This record gives sequence, structure tokens and C-alpha cells, in this order.
Amino acid sequence: MSTLTATRQATAWRAAPVGVIAASLFLLLIITAAITPTLFSMYDPLKADAAASLQPPSAEHWFGTDQAGRDVFARVVHGARYSLVVGFGATLLALMVGIIIGVIAGSAPRAVDSVLSRVIEIVMAFPEFLLALVVIAVIGAGETSLLIAVSVAAIPAYARVARAQTLLVRRSGYVRAATALGVPRFRSTIRHIVPNALGPLLVMGTIGVGTAIVAAAGLSFLGMGPQPPTPEWGLILSDGRNFLATAWWIAVFPGVAITATVIATSTVGRFLRQRGQS
Amino acid sequence: MRRQAGTRTVMVRVLGRFGGMLLVVCGAATAGFIALRLIPGDPVDVMLGVNARVSESVRDQIRADWGLDQPPVVQYFAYLSQLVTGQLESYQLRQPITEVIGTQALPTLQLTSLALLFAVLLAVTGALLARGKHARSAISLLELFVVSSPTFWIGLVLLAVFAFQLGWFPVASSQGFASLVLPALTLALPIAGIISQVLRQGLDAAAAQPFATTARSRGISHSRLVLRHTLRHASGDTLTLTGYLVGSLLGGAVLVETVFARQGLGQVAVRAILGRDIPVVLGIIVLAATVFAVVNLIVDLAYERIDPRLRTAVTA
Repeated sequence: MSTLTATRQATAWRAAPVGVIAASLFLLLIITAAITPTLFSMYDPLKADAAASLQPPSAEHWFGTDQAGRDVFARVVHGARYSLVVGFGATLLALMVGIIIGVIAGSAPRAVDSVLSRVIEIVMAFPEFLLALVVIAVIGAGETSLLIAVSVAAIPAYARVARAQTLLVRRSGYVRAATALGVPRFRSTIRHIVPNALGPLLVMGTIGVGTAIVAAAGLSFLGMGPQPPTPEWGLILSDGRNFLATAWWIAVFPGVAITATVIATSTVGRFLRQRGQS
Repeated sequence: MRRQAGTRTVMVRVLGRFGGMLLVVCGAATAGFIALRLIPGDPVDVMLGVNARVSESVRDQIRADWGLDQPPVVQYFAYLSQLVTGQLESYQLRQPITEVIGTQALPTLQLTSLALLFAVLLAVTGALLARGKHARSAISLLELFVVSSPTFWIGLVLLAVFAFQLGWFPVASSQGFASLVLPALTLALPIAGIISQVLRQGLDAAAAQPFATTARSRGISHSRLVLRHTLRHASGDTLTLTGYLVGSLLGGAVLVETVFARQGLGQVAVRAILGRDIPVVLGIIVLAATVFAVVNLIVDLAYERIDPRLRTAVTA
């Protein structure tokens, strides 16, 4: 059994299509940029240079310069950190809270479960972006608020899947065996149910990182996240909006960066999901 | 007899949905009230603005005027009745929220309905064109691209290309149909991508069924097969998804209206959120919940019209 699973996994890895490998490499590149942005660009993302304002892309400034003469490539590279922190941070937070709610709903008495499920259903009636906006309205704008808002908006979906998974795992032989052997309920939940319910949620989270990055960029585009002159992708785009007629590059390149990052995470996520199913 | 039973189940379902809708709206309104109370700081500060210098007695007067000195439970019921009668007032504009929202609803309604139309047309076109290996991978690549791009960025790119470079459409205006095309297209593209993915899956499943083989053996063309036969089979799931996505059109409208500097509910929402004008935010939440519930009810009923198999299953 175990050798069979191992072989199957090995073939699946070998069969990873070129697109998935490219996506993983790109993600690695973005993560490196988030950790050490100076490795990629020698320009300071905040240093204004009035003499070099609004220059089109050239060998010197790959993505051109913005209205203050700042290098757009440097700003995009330095922006990777903000987007990745919000994307991964918010997803991780949402996953944890979602799992806690879902596991409680899935293993609690029916009354608790139906109340929680109803609440989840009501919240899911709102589109994620609107939900994030409402959270911002309550806790105010800012960098931390942005992360919390994006995270809260994603919680219901994770909670729902976590609940379904808990119900599934709870019925399995090993959980019942543990119960029969006298393992306390809490212990069996932590040791058996949570680890076994985790798989689909992690895959969902991988795809969710992309959604979180887009939502965060949208919120900061509206001015609800970090404030200028922070080199955040959504903020650079909102800068670029005012110079669209003369300097298209300010608005185009950060968007390409967001899109490429999202495509990369969702490609990897889809691959993992496919592998989980087969 | 059968017809009567069918009508009754529809009635029951409409009532059930209506109950669910009330639950969602009430839940949203209550959550909104709690949020209103949770807000750090004094609502009076929000009303007056940050820089206002007003004596404590005037503040007390404002508090009394707005009923903010009453116990929370009394405030909750006063708030609910204000919400129902549409008298809840905006902190900043000092107007009932029904007026604030009502005057801005039309541009957003135009934008979102045209976007929905575009999205469905684009998705169906995509499904019709996705034939053969190359067209298929091209279209699925296109889908992946529009689904992964931030809506507002697509808007900026369209604006840069079609308004600034080519000059086909006005740059920023709220008047006329031409000013509506680019915003609606922006809002439509990501949704079209999602609908198209699901629609194609449904069409493929339907095309693998024996009736499709029979139709093809009669020498029917691909587009005729899709339009006359498999589209109907695939439209069930697609319709449910589309109903679900209508809600996200409202969220997307917030961004698109900002990109194109258009009037509308999105602008009202952004201003209310940045200014902490919670009554207005609340009004928009309740509106969104209502729209969502109504659209999904319509989708449910339409589902049975399209797929007669469901009708017999219900009545049998």
C-alpha cells in the first residue's frame, strides 16, 4: 500500500507539466524579491529624482520612472514583500480561524453546528470584496487592517470546507477506534481529525493566496491600506491612474506583477488539487 | 392536478427563500449595529469631522438628538425601525440613507446589468469558439488571465489603450452609452472568465452524451449542436454560478467606478467607508443582501424552466 502510494507520488512529480515548473520558479523568484529586493534592483524605491520623472522604459529604467522620478522596476520589486505578506499572512490567518470554526461546527452537538452553519451561510451571501470593505469600515484603514479584512473575508469558505471534512473524518474507522480505546475527544480531535482534514484545506489555501493578493491590491488601490509613498502594487497602480495618458508604464507593470503572481499561485494550487484527487 | 402540486412547491420554495432572505438581511442589519457600537471613538467625532472644536454641551446635545445617550437595547430597536422606514440618516450628509443610495443606484444598476450581459455573451462566444485543441488551449489561457488579473488593472489597461491611445471611448464621463462600454467590459471580463470555465465543463459533459452523438450523426454543425442542444444542458450549473456572481458585481463596481471616476453606489461606499459613515455602509450591506437573495430566487425558479427533468422530479 505504502509503496504503491509512493510510486504514484513519484510518477505524479515526474509528470509535473512545464507550466507548473515555470510557475514554481516564478514564485521562488517573487519570494526572493520579497526577502532581498536589493538583489534585483540597485535603485531606491522611495528616492525622488525630479530630473528623471516620467521616463519611458529603457535599459537604465526597465519599467520606466514615475512622476517623482522613482524607478518603477525598483518599486515593483520592493512591492513584492507587501503583497506576499498580505497574501500568505491573510490566507494563513483565515485558514487557522476557518479550521477552528469548522472543526467546532463539525464535532459539536447539532444545535451548535446548525447555528454556526447558518452564520457561515449568511456571511457567504456577501461577495468577498464587499465583506473586506465592511471590515475596513469597522476597524479603519491601514496596513494591519488590510490583512485582517482580507483574512476575515476568506474565513467562511475555509470554515465550510473544514466542517465538511471534519464530518467526513469523524466517521472513519481510526477515529472510532480511538474513541473506543478511550482517547479523550479533544485529544482525538487534535491528533486525528485535524491532521486528516487538513489536505483539501491546504490546497484551497494555495489557490486562496492569489485571491487574497488581488483583494489586498484592490483595497489599497482604493486608499484603504498602506499610504503613499509605500511601494505597494495596488498603490503604484492608483498612482499610475493619474498619468495614464502620458505614462502607461506606471500602471501597466505592477498589474503584470500581480497577474503573474496570481497565475503562478493558482497554477501550483490547481496542480496540487489534481494530484490530491487522482 | 400535477400543475397544482408544482405551483405549491414553487410557492413553498419562494416562501422558504423569502424567509432565508429576511434572515440574511436581519443578520446583516444586526451585525451592522454591533459594528456601529464597536467602532473605536465617538460617533459624534465622525459626524463633526476631525478638526471640529465643539464644546461638551453641544456634543451632549448632538448625542441626545441622535439617541446615542439611550441604552443599547433601546437604540437597537430604534435603529431597526429607522432602517425599515428608511429614516436612518447618514452621519456626514445628514440625509436619509434611502435618499443617498437611491439617487446613486441608477448608474450602478446600468453598469452592472450591462456588465452581466457582456459577461454572458463573452462566455457563450468563448464556449462556441473553443473547438479543436489549439482554440481550446488559447481560450483556457485567456480565461486564466482574466480570472487572475485584478479588475481595476484591466480597467486601467483598457482605459490606456482604447480611451487614451485610440480615443474610441470617452476618458471619464458618466453620460451616455459610450462612457458605459469600457467600465462594463472591465467588470464583465473576470466574471466572464469564471462563467466560461464552468460553461465549457458543462458543454463537454453534455457533448459526451449519446444524444449529442445522435445529433452529430445527423450532420448538425458544431455551433448548432451547442446552441440547440448542449447549451441547454450546461446552462443549469452556469446559471447558479452566475446568480452567485451577481453579488460580486457589486463589489467589483466599487473598484470600476473609482478607476473610471463614475458616479454610483461604489463611490458612495468608498466615501462612507473612508469617512466611517456607518449608516450608509449599513444601507449598502442590506441592499447587497437583498439583491443577492432576490437574484438567487429568480435563478432557482429559472433553473426549473430550463431543465424539465427537475420539474418532474419535484412533482413526482
